[in-house]
Amino acid sequence: MLVFEKNKLSEDIESFVEKYGSDRSALLPVLQSVQRKYHHISDFAQQEIARLMNIHPVEVHSVISFYTFLHEEPQGKNIVRLCKTISCDLAGKSEVEKAVQRELGIRFGETTKDQKVTLEHTNCLGMCDQGPAMLVNEKVFTNLDPENAVKILNEIR
Amino acid sequence: MNSILTPKKRTGPVLFSEYKRGDGIVKAISKSREDILFELKSSALKGRGGAGFPTSTKWMLTAAALADKKYLVCNADEGEPGTFKDRVLLLEYPELVFDGMVIGGYTIGAQTGIIYLRGEYEYMLEYLEEYMMRMREDNLLGNDILGKKGFNFDISIRLGSGAYVCGEETALIESLQGNRGEPRNRPPYPVNTGYMGCPTSVNNVETLASVPHIITKGGAWFRQFGTDKSTGSKLFSVSGDCGRPGVYELPWGTSIKQLLKIVEAKDTKAVQVGGASGICIPKSQFDRILAYEDAATGGSIMVFNESRDMLKVLKNFLEFFVEESCGQCTPCRIGNVKLLEGVELIEKGEFTFSYINTLKELGRTMQAASKCGLGQSSPNSFISILENFKDEIFHTNGKVKQNGKA
Repeated sequence: MLVFEKNKLSEDIESFVEKYGSDRSALLPVLQSVQRKYHHISDFAQQEIARLMNIHPVEVHSVISFYTFLHEEPQGKNIVRLCKTISCDLAGKSEVEKAVQRELGIRFGETTKDQKVTLEHTNCLGMCDQGPAMLVNEKVFTNLDPENAVKILNEIR
Repeated sequence: MNSILTPKKRTGPVLFSEYKRGDGIVKAISKSREDILFELKSSALKGRGGAGFPTSTKWMLTAAALADKKYLVCNADEGEPGTFKDRVLLLEYPELVFDGMVIGGYTIGAQTGIIYLRGEYEYMLEYLEEYMMRMREDNLLGNDILGKKGFNFDISIRLGSGAYVCGEETALIESLQGNRGEPRNRPPYPVNTGYMGCPTSVNNVETLASVPHIITKGGAWFRQFGTDKSTGSKLFSVSGDCGRPGVYELPWGTSIKQLLKIVEAKDTKAVQVGGASGICIPKSQFDRILAYEDAATGGSIMVFNESRDMLKVLKNFLEFFVEESCGQCTPCRIGNVKLLEGVELIEKGEFTFSYINTLKELGRTMQAASKCGLGQSSPNSFISILENFKDEIFHTNGKVKQNGKA
C-alpha cells in the first residue's frame, strides 16, 4: 500500500470516528463505513481503528470475523449476494445461480479478475414472496430469472 | 426494486386498519404510564417475534427499574427464513412502528429509542431517516413532544451486518455495544441490565406496531380478535408453493387449512410454520390452528407442494443453522453440524436407524442445553420432518431401498 493511500485511509477512518464517536458502541458503524468505501477492512485499517478507538486490534479483528458483511480480504467493487434460502430455492434460484456463474466466469465465493464483482450466497433477504432475490451492494432485486439477473450484472460491470 | 416500494392496498382487522400518524401519541400522553400499562395488560398483547412474552410485563419491569437512562430497542433484525412482515411494516406502515416506539418510550421512561435494522435492509435507511425528520419537524420526536413538558424521546437507526443470531435480544444488545453478536447468559434480563447496562426493552417491529392501535381503540377492542390465549391478529409472511404469496393479516386461531385457501395453495404436502426454527406440519394436521397455544410462529409460513423433496428442505434449514450458529456454546455449534451430517448420510443411503435415533436424542439435548433460542429451536425441523415424513424419506423414494442394502 502506498503512503498516500495509507494517509487517505487514515483520514477517512478519523472522519468516521469523529462522526460516530470513539466509544466501543461506535465500532460497528465505523467498520461498516470502511467496508462500504474500501470494500474490505485491511490489517492497516484495523490497526488504525483500534488506535483511534483505544481498543486492541485483536478486538477489531474479532468483531469483523463474526459478521458476514464485513471482510478482511479485498472484495470486488460490487458485492452480489444471492439468497439461497428455501423459498428462493423453490422459486428457481439454482438456474439464476448457474447463469450468473457462466456469465461472469467465476464461482460463488470468488471475485472477477477486474475486481468489479464478487459473488456470494446469503441467507434469507426477506423477499421470499418475490423470489429469487439478490442484493447488489445495498440494493435489492427480486423476481429474478437467468436472463434478467445477468442483465442486472452486466449493467454494473 | 420498485415493486417493493409501491404501497399496496392492504386490509386487516388490527394492523392494517385505519390509523393516522400521531393519534396514538396524543392519546398516550394524555394518560398516565399506569393507565397505558393497564390498557396493554387488558389487551394481553404478546411479543410478535415468536417467543410470545407479554408486552405489558416487559414494559412494566422496564418502567419499574430504577435508572437514569433507559432504552427502547426496536428489533428489526428480521432474519428468520421466510419472514418479511417487518419489511412491509417499515416501508408501508412506518407511522405504526414509530408511534409505537414513542408510546413505549413514554411508558417505560426511556429517552432514547434504537432501531436495529438488519444489514440486508440497508436500502430502507434513507426512507426511514427522512420519515423521522418529518416527525421531528412535527414535534412527534425530540424535546417536549407535542407540548408534554419533560417528555423527550428520539430515535436512531443502527445497521446490522448479516448475522441471524443478532435477532436474539441479548446478542442484539452485544452487537449494539460494538461486540460480537454472542448471546448473554440470562438472567440478568435486558429489562434490568440491557444496553450499556441500563434497563432496556427490546420489542419486535410488529409488537410496537400493534401498540398505537391498542392505545387508540382500547385493550378490549384488541381482545375481540384471536383466541383466549392469543389475542389480536398476526401478520403471516407466506411464501413457497402458493398462488398468492405475500403478507396477510389474520386473527390468531386461523387454521392452516383456512390460510392455505386464502393464499390459493394447491396440492400442498407440508407447511413449515415458524421458519427454519419452526415445525413442519404434514397434510394430516392441517386442522391445527396458528396460535401461541398450538402452532406458534413469528409469522413465517412456507408452503411445499407434492413435488418437493422434504429431505432437501431439511438440508437447506440445517445448512442455515450451521452457518448462523454463533459458535459460543457446544450443543449448538457441534450439534447442528452433526444433524446436517446425518441428513447427508440419509441422502447417500448410508444411515442406520439407530444412528438417526441417536441424532434425534441429540436434538432433544440441544433443545434443553443450548444457551439461546437458536440452538434450542434448530432441531425442531430435524425432529418434525423426519417424524412426519418418514415414509417419504426412509421408505418410498427408492434411494434408500437401493443403496440401503449396500
